[in-house]
Amino acid sequence: MLVITCPNCGDRPELEFRCGGEAHIARPQTPAELDDGQWGAFLFTRTNPKGVHAERWIHQHGCGRWFNALRDTVSDRLIATYPMGTPRPDAGAGAAPSSPASPTSQP
Amino acid sequence: MSQTYRLPQGGRIDRSQPLTVRFNGKALQGYRGDTLASILLANGQHLVGRSFKYHRPRGILSHGSDEPSALLSVNWRAERGPGFTDPNNRASVVEAREGLETRSQNHWPSLEFDLGAVNDLLSPIFVAGFYYKTFMWPRKFWDSVYEPVIRAAAGLGKAPEVPDGDRYSNRHAHCDVLVVGAGPAGLAAALAASKDGAARVILADEGREPGGALLHDLGSTIDGKPASDWVAEAVATLDARENVVVLPRTTAFGYYNHNHVVMVERVADHRVDAAAGLPRERLWQVRAGRVILATGSHERPLVFANNDRPGIMLAESVRVFVNRYAVAPGRRIVFATSGASAYTAALDARRAGIDVTLVDLRLEEDCGPELGELRAVGVEVLTGHTVVDATGRKRVTGLVVAPIGRDGRVGARRTLPCDAVGMSGGWTPAVHLFSQSRGKLRFDVELDAFVPGQSVQAETSAGACRGLYDLAAVVADGFRAGGAEQPVEASASRTGFQPARVLPTDADPAKVRAFIDFQNDVTAKDIKLAVREGFESIEHVKRYTTTGMATDQGKTSNMNALGLVAGLLDKEIPAVGTTTFRPPYTPVTFGALIGPSRDALFEPVRKTALHQWAESQGAAFENVALWKRAWYFPKAGEDMHRAVSRECKAVRETVGIFDASTLGKIEVVGPDAAEFMNRIYTNAWTKLEPGRCRYGLMLREDGYVMDDGVVARLAHDRFHVTTTTGGAARVLQHMEDYLQTEWPELDVFLTSITEQWAVIALQGPKAREVIAPFVSDIDLDPAAFPHMAVRTGYICGVPTRLFRVSFTGELGYEINVPADYAESVWKTLWERGQTLGMVPYGTETMHVLRAEKGYIIVGQETDGTVSPDDLGLGGLVSKVKPDFIGKRSLARPDLVGSGRKQLVGLLGKDPAEVLDEGAQIVATPDQPVPMTMIGHVTSSYHSPNCGRSIAMAMLVDGRSRIGETLYVTTPSGFTTATVCEPVFFEPKGERFNA
Repeated sequence: MLVITCPNCGDRPELEFRCGGEAHIARPQTPAELDDGQWGAFLFTRTNPKGVHAERWIHQHGCGRWFNALRDTVSDRLIATYPMGTPRPDAGAGAAPSSPASPTSQP
Repeated sequence: MSQTYRLPQGGRIDRSQPLTVRFNGKALQGYRGDTLASILLANGQHLVGRSFKYHRPRGILSHGSDEPSALLSVNWRAERGPGFTDPNNRASVVEAREGLETRSQNHWPSLEFDLGAVNDLLSPIFVAGFYYKTFMWPRKFWDSVYEPVIRAAAGLGKAPEVPDGDRYSNRHAHCDVLVVGAGPAGLAAALAASKDGAARVILADEGREPGGALLHDLGSTIDGKPASDWVAEAVATLDARENVVVLPRTTAFGYYNHNHVVMVERVADHRVDAAAGLPRERLWQVRAGRVILATGSHERPLVFANNDRPGIMLAESVRVFVNRYAVAPGRRIVFATSGASAYTAALDARRAGIDVTLVDLRLEEDCGPELGELRAVGVEVLTGHTVVDATGRKRVTGLVVAPIGRDGRVGARRTLPCDAVGMSGGWTPAVHLFSQSRGKLRFDVELDAFVPGQSVQAETSAGACRGLYDLAAVVADGFRAGGAEQPVEASASRTGFQPARVLPTDADPAKVRAFIDFQNDVTAKDIKLAVREGFESIEHVKRYTTTGMATDQGKTSNMNALGLVAGLLDKEIPAVGTTTFRPPYTPVTFGALIGPSRDALFEPVRKTALHQWAESQGAAFENVALWKRAWYFPKAGEDMHRAVSRECKAVRETVGIFDASTLGKIEVVGPDAAEFMNRIYTNAWTKLEPGRCRYGLMLREDGYVMDDGVVARLAHDRFHVTTTTGGAARVLQHMEDYLQTEWPELDVFLTSITEQWAVIALQGPKAREVIAPFVSDIDLDPAAFPHMAVRTGYICGVPTRLFRVSFTGELGYEINVPADYAESVWKTLWERGQTLGMVPYGTETMHVLRAEKGYIIVGQETDGTVSPDDLGLGGLVSKVKPDFIGKRSLARPDLVGSGRKQLVGLLGKDPAEVLDEGAQIVATPDQPVPMTMIGHVTSSYHSPNCGRSIAMAMLVDGRSRIGETLYVTTPSGFTTATVCEPVFFEPKGERFNA
């Protein structure tokens, strides 16, 4: 069970959260102008990376707010969490699991 | 025969507290401090079970949690009746207690005489992959013959047949340092980590008392003190520290993400005086800042013919039984080893007065000083010898050994008579938890073992679990892991071994039954066969032969299997790899995992404000999501069919009253509320006047129907949205998701009001007559308050949001009142209603009435792949709105055009026969199987108001098939049904305007 740092509430166990899939996929402003291929890509295509993944989480049983998180899909390390609408932070040194994760010392 | 094999003195047992346990009905004496294994051995009982596949006699192999063979069924509380028995308990770890009733497993008719042992004679055909090769044809035998027979023949203990009578608890804990294992390394680590008093430390150990291997170490000293004194001082120090929690009898079995370690504590099994309410076990979910693994190591058996005979055990286990439990596993013990540690066991056994011989696979010159030490006390030691066989069947009677020449040839056999054997093929660090933490293992050639390499979590391994076997090094490593470098003086340990794979033999290898995995009955021959048949990956060999796949997870067998495969493939062990270690480290009861979440506490129960009233009227209830909903209200002597028929007729003839409180309700409020609604729903909301309602349809972004419900506009900036009962939480999440992440610029607030407003539905021609006397501040005149309107005012003096809506096709109201007042309003309406012929009705009648009108239920007619047009609801989709959730998807090629399933009605050939919901529809049964299925029945009822059965279905191109006769599956074959419009009662739809 992960420890996730809610930007509003702090460190909480994964039980309180729900994951909403890949982040930074903005809904198109004018879907009608997209062809079927483009619309299908928006709906269904995801990057599914091995490594750092930006994803949406909601603190469902807490503040009820959505936020974004960078998670390493290999080590399950939470590298950073950041508010909706802010750009993806630089994963930087956090990308490689060179230092062991400490759940009490996450940003 | 009472404790014939108990040594006259010594051991960590309390001879002032004798006790009796039963084994297959026979009373066995022992003492407090014993395990079941030590009591069995003290009483000379080596035969304790039959093996998994071949039903071979099996004894006790080890003294700890790695035990593969001595599995017993234990009735923990016979005096409390059934429900306290569980199977497959390892005799080596169960603490003996007065009153335990234990039974051996997997034999018939008895342990001593087991007919299943015929399998052992048939073993030449039960080779690796036997099942895959043998039970292939005919296919129809798979389920009906082969599986039941195989399942009945194989296996260990019997699963309990009654619910577990014990209770279990569950707790969470946080600490700075969690130390797993309280042997020398773990104690040192806990001492160091807790020294400054600041760090919160938890020390968990699976044994009954801390100390680990030091509890049976009579010769060693640490810092000049006997090892047991050092342990006692360490434990006393830790107990005195307020920042330390010591948990004996607690096994850490799972190491999960972010230092989440799950442990099970055995609370009651060892207690004679356990109060009835005391939990049997407690699950600990620990979140640790840092984890120190001090989990020790496991000894490897030697692989030779008949190495599974009862009486043959691990060398260190012999030492444990002698030193810790004061039990002699035999009078004449032969030790067979490829390393030094067994010499310590032999010396301790000799010191206890047991006749000892030792056979060493190593050549004379490869042995260390231990050789001279053992010979010095007069023990015969045969170096450069292999073991080729064991004699005896239900108890070993001799070990057959032979010298190995310098050329590797096996010389003349010699039988060493004995009644017990202690074998040692070296040591394997217990890296299970490290591996579960996703740490990378590294193969150490010197140690012939995998040891912890790269850590992934905040974790450190210390002591034997990382390949340190010398006591001083182990203790110093524990201090280091705990954060203190300090020198340690300790007596030297006898360490080092030569890897032994399958022992050399002069016998025909094709006939040798040398066991590698004792619990799953896998021999070296099976593994050789698997490799010969082309299996090269250890993961494949494991699954094909089942080696390492039993409940012991191959603690004693994995390295022997791996070494054998590597040797056969002529590869280095790292090139073959190792199998994955998965939780649980040792078997865990379902009770501990479930904790209190069973029976009434399995899941929350939601009851409406009107539940008690329904109960008092004798309603039957059904589960809808977590809610209990009144299903129907049977009168005396009525079955469900009759009650529903009566309720259905009464609603259409007079009036019915229905508890609709479980409907999901969300208030959408704010200056941008209408714009938000426009984007979420397919319908257009801008022009909906305050005071009016509209049936709304909600799609997912992929264009499929997600939910529906009536929406009332209470004010320009306020909508009262209703959802399906099961969809309430999902819809609110869906709305919040878009509001927060896509349209944060919209000024809207969403509030769940499901629990705040109870809903009383009155449906039927007399509905207005019932409520009229109680309503104030609302004009009920149909002209002023038409169908699909909403008014706020009072009913019985209580504030109400009064909806004029209908899910039955009749004149109807849904009276929203604050939940606290619901029962009093209901009772008032009920009192008056009875004079007008009113009946209460439940969800079943609600379903029938809406089906008579062809109204859909999301989740019944829809399955997540149904579009609005499929349901004939294309008219609810706005053509003018530029965008809403799902709009673009409705133009996807697969959502337009022909070939999609559409909602239709079905009238079966026999008006009395109700079609099965879920039944498949075909055009004709005159076609080969598998037939082309063109639809399925979604709703099906007997309709009292139509006087016949009715059904709704999703049918390919259904709207162009009206009037056709099709075939519908029944349990016995097919029946026919005619396709019709999905409206069965009053197609004009005017009654709700009354």
